[in-house]
Amino acid sequence: MPAIELSDLALARNGTTILDGLSAGISAAGITALIGPNGAGKSATLRVIDGLLAPDAGSVRIVAAGPVRRAFVFQRPALLRASALANVALALTPLGLSRTERTRRAHAALARVGLGDRASAPATRLSGGEQQRLTLARAWAVEPDLLLADEPTANLDPGATELVEGLIAEIARQGTKVVLVSHNLGQVTRLAADVVVLARGRAVEQGPTRTLLTSPRAPETRAYITGELPWTSFAAAS
Amino acid sequence: MLQTFQETISRLVTLDRDVLVIAWLSLRVSLTAVGIGLGIGIPVGALLAVAMFPGRSVLVGLLNAFMGLPPVIVGLVLYLVLSRSGPLGSLGLLFTPGAMVAAQAVLATPLVAALTRQVVADAEAHLGEQLRSLGLSAPRRALALIHDTRFSLVTTALAAFGRAISEIGAVLVVGGNIDGHTRTMTTAISLETQKGDLSLALALGLVLIGLVILINALAATLRAHAARAYG
Ligand SMILES: Nc1ncnc2c1ncn2[C@@H]1O[C@H](COP(=O)(O)OP(=O)(O)OP(=O)(O)O)[C@@H](O)[C@H]1O
Ligand SMILES: [Mg+2]
Repeated sequence: MPAIELSDLALARNGTTILDGLSAGISAAGITALIGPNGAGKSATLRVIDGLLAPDAGSVRIVAAGPVRRAFVFQRPALLRASALANVALALTPLGLSRTERTRRAHAALARVGLGDRASAPATRLSGGEQQRLTLARAWAVEPDLLLADEPTANLDPGATELVEGLIAEIARQGTKVVLVSHNLGQVTRLAADVVVLARGRAVEQGPTRTLLTSPRAPETRAYITGELPWTSFAAAS
Repeated sequence: MLQTFQETISRLVTLDRDVLVIAWLSLRVSLTAVGIGLGIGIPVGALLAVAMFPGRSVLVGLLNAFMGLPPVIVGLVLYLVLSRSGPLGSLGLLFTPGAMVAAQAVLATPLVAALTRQVVADAEAHLGEQLRSLGLSAPRRALALIHDTRFSLVTTALAAFGRAISEIGAVLVVGGNIDGHTRTMTTAISLETQKGDLSLALALGLVLIGLVILINALAATLRAHAARAYG
């Protein structure tokens, strides 16, 4: 499994600082959660890891024995106006599989997320939760070494949340490194072995999940966990 | 005046041969030209929307400018190219329907490419990151987004057809408005009006408008039907 070293990442867009000297080490094993308040830079960090955003400074090092196949589940599902099956199958085209093999794997992935009977449904007509599961199926189908999942259960009902959590745990057990962004601390506790806390574009704290959530050291972590609104704490600080 | 009207109506209801020959040629020429325009313009426009390379914005600017190319200038340039002493003079295309197809294709292609680029760029803003993350090559991303925007691209095809069928400058210069050979609806309307045969001009005008409305209606139906199925 790949380990990820983020050193001194800086990123600004349109005059806004998004990442501000972010350094963190993400272990090679299991599931690592990225948590932190809205706007902390979690999604941006995943994009930098995936190579979709080039940092202005700093570096991302993905340490692995061989080439690393990545998959990204975006915060907002991005689906083509085509069937659910076609959306998954498209993700498999760079893998050099035969058409039958692509279709077979796409069907299996849809079945795995409980969308087996919606294969021919237009993807853009699925409900928000179904779309989110479809994007997870698409990521799972490519059998990635590294899965970047940005709030994959944000719009799901409790049953679907459980299904997706089960799927992510299974993907990790099968040897995929998962970096999970989530605001659901129960989920983080259930799934992640360790946690990186981001605030204002920096990693303010990292460590094993239970220790970090039960005895947080950084004031930002404490504020986030107790549900204090970041802007009120900013106001208090300034 | 009343007589002109009666003649116009009678030409239409009796399916006057002159009207039919001219309308059929116009339709053939413009549909072929639009076909060529779509075949070239859609892939070029889509690639321009997804691929990043130096000079891209210059190319896009040029394309947008070419969208408004004056037909008579296109006709003139093509005339020089196709005339006996021109570089493609040996093809013998000048004053044939082939030359008119070429001229209208030159008008349609940049229009299709520019409109496609716009439509695909809008889709790219929403889907591009996902497609890049999947590791798809630029041509594959372009293809996926063409598929995604296929209903909007119908409108692009219509715009190209509207430009082709209604222009007069290019077909007049390279076609020569030869009776029974290269006379289209627009060149015929212009000529017959000058000659004073208003009934033929009016009949052709009505056919032209009718055709444009019909094709638009067909496309709108197709689009609505397809969009209902695929959102
Ligand atoms: N292209 C951009 N231009 C300007 N600012 C941007 C851009 N992209 C992101 N930002 C800003 O960067 C900050 C971090 O964004 P990011 O999406 O990474 O936050 P996040 O931690 O994922 O938040 P959330 O929990 O709400 O998803 C935000 O304040 C956002 O407004
Ligand atoms: Mg986010």
